[in-house]
Amino acid sequence: MNAFLAIVRRDLSLALRQGSDATMALMFFVIVVTLFPLGVGPEPGVLERISAGIVWVAALLAAMLSLDRMFQSDYDDGTLELMLLAPAPLELLVLGKCLAHWLTTGLPMLLIAPLLGLFMNMQADAFPVLLATMALGTPVLSLLGGIGAALVLGARRAGALVALLVLPLTIPLLIFGVSAIEAAVTGQSSKAQLLIIGAMLLATLPLAPWATAAALRQAVS
Amino acid sequence: MNWFHWFANPARFMRLAARLQPWIMVLGLATGAAGLYYGLFDSPPDYQQGETVRIMYVHVPSAWMAMFVYTMMAVAAASFLIWKHPLADVAAQAAAPIGAGFTLMALVTGSLWGQPMWGTWWVWDARLTSVLILFFLYLGYIALVNAFDDPERGSKAGAILLLVGAVNIPIIKFSVDWWNTLHQPASVARMDGPAIDPSMLLPLMLMAAAFKLYFLYLLIVRMRGELTARRIRLLRLSDAA
Repeated sequence: MNAFLAIVRRDLSLALRQGSDATMALMFFVIVVTLFPLGVGPEPGVLERISAGIVWVAALLAAMLSLDRMFQSDYDDGTLELMLLAPAPLELLVLGKCLAHWLTTGLPMLLIAPLLGLFMNMQADAFPVLLATMALGTPVLSLLGGIGAALVLGARRAGALVALLVLPLTIPLLIFGVSAIEAAVTGQSSKAQLLIIGAMLLATLPLAPWATAAALRQAVS
Repeated sequence: MNWFHWFANPARFMRLAARLQPWIMVLGLATGAAGLYYGLFDSPPDYQQGETVRIMYVHVPSAWMAMFVYTMMAVAAASFLIWKHPLADVAAQAAAPIGAGFTLMALVTGSLWGQPMWGTWWVWDARLTSVLILFFLYLGYIALVNAFDDPERGSKAGAILLLVGAVNIPIIKFSVDWWNTLHQPASVARMDGPAIDPSMLLPLMLMAAAFKLYFLYLLIVRMRGELTARRIRLLRLSDAA
C-alpha cells in the first residue's frame, strides 16, 4: 500500500511541477469542443442535439493525447526497470500510475465538462448525468489507455499507434455515455446506461492493470 | 501436452504443411465449387428476400471466419505467451491479414444485402458496430506488430493486444440476443436445431467448409513464407557476424 501511495504522490508531484504537460490534454479538450459551434454553426437546436456526443468524443481524443506521458519517460530514464524490480507487485504500481493519470487528466476534464456543456447549449437537467457518466467513464479511459501506453513503448510513431489501439476499445464507453445523457434529455431514466458504465469500470479495474503489467514486463525484458 | 510440443518444431511443421497443402486445396476447391453450384443454381429463392438471399452464402461464412480467425489468433497468442510456443506467434501474425479480409468481406456483403432488404447500406446496431470494432482490432494488431524495430518485441506486444481484444468476440456473438438489433438473431447454431430450410443449409455448410479450407490453405502459405523469411534473416545475420 505504501508503494501504491508513493507512486501516486510521485506522479502527481511530477505532473504539478511540469504543469504544462498536465494541462495540455485539458486545453485540447476545451479547444476541440469550441471548434464545433464554429464548424457546424451556432444554431442552438443543432448544438444541443450533438452536445453529448461532442463532449464525449473530445474527452476520448484528449485522453489519447495524454497517454504518452504515462510510461514513456519512466521507460526512457530506466525508472520502469526499478519498478519491475521493486518488491511491490507491478500490477499495484500500475494501478497507482493509472490513478495519478486520472487525477491529472480525467478529473480536470470532468470538472470542466459542465462548462463545455454550457457552450454546447446542453439542457441543464442533463448536467448531473453528464457528470456521472464522466465520473464513471474517465477512470476506464485511464485504465484502458494504460494498456495501450504500455504496449507501444519503444514503437515507432507511438503516439498515433496508441490511439489506433485504444480508441476501438473505448467505443462501448462512448455509446453508453452518450445514450445515458440522451435518455436524461428526453426525460427517461439513465440508470441502465450508468450501471453498464459502472460495470465496465469494475471489470477494467482489476483486469486492465494486469494486462498493462504484462505489457510492461515484455517491454523491458 | 506431448503432441503440442511435437508440432512446435518448425522444420517438422514445414514438412507436414507441405504434404497437406495440395489436399487442402483440392478439398477446398471441391467444396467451394459444390457450394457455389447449390447456392447459385440449386437452392430456392427466399419467399421474402427473393434472390438476394444468395448473398447469405458468402456473408455468413465470412462472418463466421472473421470471428473464428480472431479466436484462433487469441488462442495462439495465449500459447505463445504461456508456453513460448514458437509457431503460435507465426500463426497469429500470418492469420491477421486473412482475418481482416474476411471481416471486410462480411461487412461489405452485409452492406450490399442491407441496401435492398433494410433500405440502407449501414445501420449503427450492436452487431454491425461490434464487427466494425473487430475490423479495427485486426488493423490495430497488424500495425502494432510492425511498429517495432525488434520483431520479437512486436510479437509479444501484439499477443497481449490480441488477448485484450478477445473481449469483443462474445459481444459480437451475443449482440443479437442482448440488444434489439436490426440484424437477425442466430438461425443455424441454436439449441433447438437450425431454423433454416435444409435446401439452404446445405450450400451454406458447403461454403462454410470451403471458407475454412481456404483459410487453412492461405495460413499454411503465409506461415511457410514467414518461416522461410525468418530462416533467411538468421542466415544473413550469421553471415554478417
